[in-house]
Amino acid sequence: MNAVFYILAALTLAGGLATVLLKQLVHCALAVTVAFAGLALLFLQLDAQFAGFAQILVYIGAVAILIVFAILLTRGSELPKDGVFSKTWFLGLVIAAAVFAVLGWAVLASVSAVPQQNAVPSVTVRDIGIALVGRYVLPLEIVALLLTAATIGAVIVAMHEKERPR
Amino acid sequence: MIATPEATNPFFVNLDQIFVFLSNWLVGFLPAVLRPVAGVVLGVVAIVCVFPGLFALTTVFERKGLGRIQNRIGPNRVGPYGLFQPVADGIKSLTKEDIVPLRANAVVHFLAPLVLVVTVFMGFAVLPMGRNMVLVDMDAGLLFFFAMGAATELSVFMAGWSSRNKYSLLGAMRAVAQMISYEVVLLLSSVAVVMITGSLSLPKIVAAQNQYTGVFPHWYIFTPWGLAGFLMYAIAATAETNRSPFDLPEGESELVAGYHTEYSGFKFALFFLGEYLAMFSISGLGTTLFLGGWSAPFSFLVWVPSWFWFFGKVMLSIFVFIWMRGTLPRLRQDQLMNFAWKFVLPFTLLNLLVTALWRFMGEGWARWMVCTVILVAAYVVMGRVEMRSEHFGRRSYRYAE
Amino acid sequence: MTTPLAGYLLVAALLFAIGLGGALVRRNAILVLIGIELMLNAANLNLIAFWRFGPHPEALTGMMFAIFSIAVAAAEAAVGLGLVIAIYRHTNTAELDKIDRMKG
Repeated sequence: MNAVFYILAALTLAGGLATVLLKQLVHCALAVTVAFAGLALLFLQLDAQFAGFAQILVYIGAVAILIVFAILLTRGSELPKDGVFSKTWFLGLVIAAAVFAVLGWAVLASVSAVPQQNAVPSVTVRDIGIALVGRYVLPLEIVALLLTAATIGAVIVAMHEKERPR
Repeated sequence: MIATPEATNPFFVNLDQIFVFLSNWLVGFLPAVLRPVAGVVLGVVAIVCVFPGLFALTTVFERKGLGRIQNRIGPNRVGPYGLFQPVADGIKSLTKEDIVPLRANAVVHFLAPLVLVVTVFMGFAVLPMGRNMVLVDMDAGLLFFFAMGAATELSVFMAGWSSRNKYSLLGAMRAVAQMISYEVVLLLSSVAVVMITGSLSLPKIVAAQNQYTGVFPHWYIFTPWGLAGFLMYAIAATAETNRSPFDLPEGESELVAGYHTEYSGFKFALFFLGEYLAMFSISGLGTTLFLGGWSAPFSFLVWVPSWFWFFGKVMLSIFVFIWMRGTLPRLRQDQLMNFAWKFVLPFTLLNLLVTALWRFMGEGWARWMVCTVILVAAYVVMGRVEMRSEHFGRRSYRYAE
Repeated sequence: MTTPLAGYLLVAALLFAIGLGGALVRRNAILVLIGIELMLNAANLNLIAFWRFGPHPEALTGMMFAIFSIAVAAAEAAVGLGLVIAIYRHTNTAELDKIDRMKG
């Protein structure tokens, strides 16, 4: 536990909180980007270089951009008149707090049972590549299929319903 | 590769490593605990000084070059041959009033240029600018570079959205859509190099190209897949940096100045700087991936310092950027998108397959023939198919009613 | 906070709760999707932390799981936002409590 961890954790959680609480949707999208960046830095701090950079590339480079595009396409940058929180917000808050209480209790109660290994694992990108096309080749293929399906699906869903004659 | 007598001459070896020695010497004054940190800080300071200096030079170079192409003289008032023009421009932009639109989103408006410049600067950290001259030799250096490049897109959106100006917003949306489309190509054309080298570390990629057959180097551009990959990379890089002919995001005739319409003074200068820095970094990456990085173009020239070759190649690509800007007309938005998704991307994907073929066919001339034939055939067929839907008849105009 | 691992797990739990709260209390469909993304990210942090402090980091299991999860989350975001845009085009709103008709 060092200072860097506390700073990054605070950054990530502040980004997350701001995402949930801010009114203007574009601000939410920018705040969630801060949370994503904080998480990527946490990954880097955990010596997971590849996962950290992949997180930045995918989340900040693609997902955040997708989100802002969706916000602008649905006129989400205009504030709604009747508030941003749903009528059952209190219930949602209670559920979230309860979930956190259970998770936190589980973590703290099992601290002694959790294995602890502090040596830095020496994993190169090469190892990851070999693992991807070796032991994990089936999940890789499935992910490829899923991504293709998702690309086609997203295009079809978002396409205009009526084909305009040219 | 040390082959010629000049290369072993201690003077040239020292000249090659002069910046490394200088850095080590300066850091040597500090206690041992601080040395690693101080080395990095020194490297950062060097990058932060060298590239903006290069940016200042490039602006004069560009304006003079464009003037030449357009049959006029270009800036010639400040200093000899107008060389001090960037100094005057810098003072002007620093003393100008900083105007923030009344309804602008002040915080985001302020942060956007900073995010842009910082993320662009980060990309330089992994570029090898000479033998042993890389700030951080990361195992996943290429991925880091692209991660930083992806982060710049968001700053463009921030600038456009926070200005509360429809031209800014439209420019930003165009820029982001364009950058996303061409980033896919940029990544995939670099993957070909990674497939051959087997490493994401940029110094290793340069080392793999720093070999010679006879006097000719093993640069990847001198292979069929490398040439195709380099051309695709160059197209994508031009689009990624919003340079002409892909400069729709700032099409003056339609959008005033695109996403930085509402920026003035120093913030505008930051955007300007960010754009040129992005050009340098993307040229640097292209140089590293396809043009052999800091390696010399002929084996009898290895005595010339490695950093000279790196910066020479980067400036050469900048020259090509300027040349294209002075020559080619701007594309239309639909042409831009169709070109990206229907021609460049399929061709890059095909190039990946060809690269794999190249890798597994082993040495020999057979792979040269096969790869070249496939790529040329694909280029011709795809070009024909694309062109068929275009009708080059007389232009028909539609007027607003 | 006794061990580093517990610290990371607690941060992940808190982030998960924040994401869940966001998904439950906000009215805009896009914000709900963002909440789900945050929850997935919290899970990724757990996976990476377990990989780092677990007994067999060289097996790369947690890391691989996180990388696949990032890829799947990207697909999920694309399809989810595509759906939101399609619904918006149909009903002219992205507020979830206004989309309450079963008939198109």
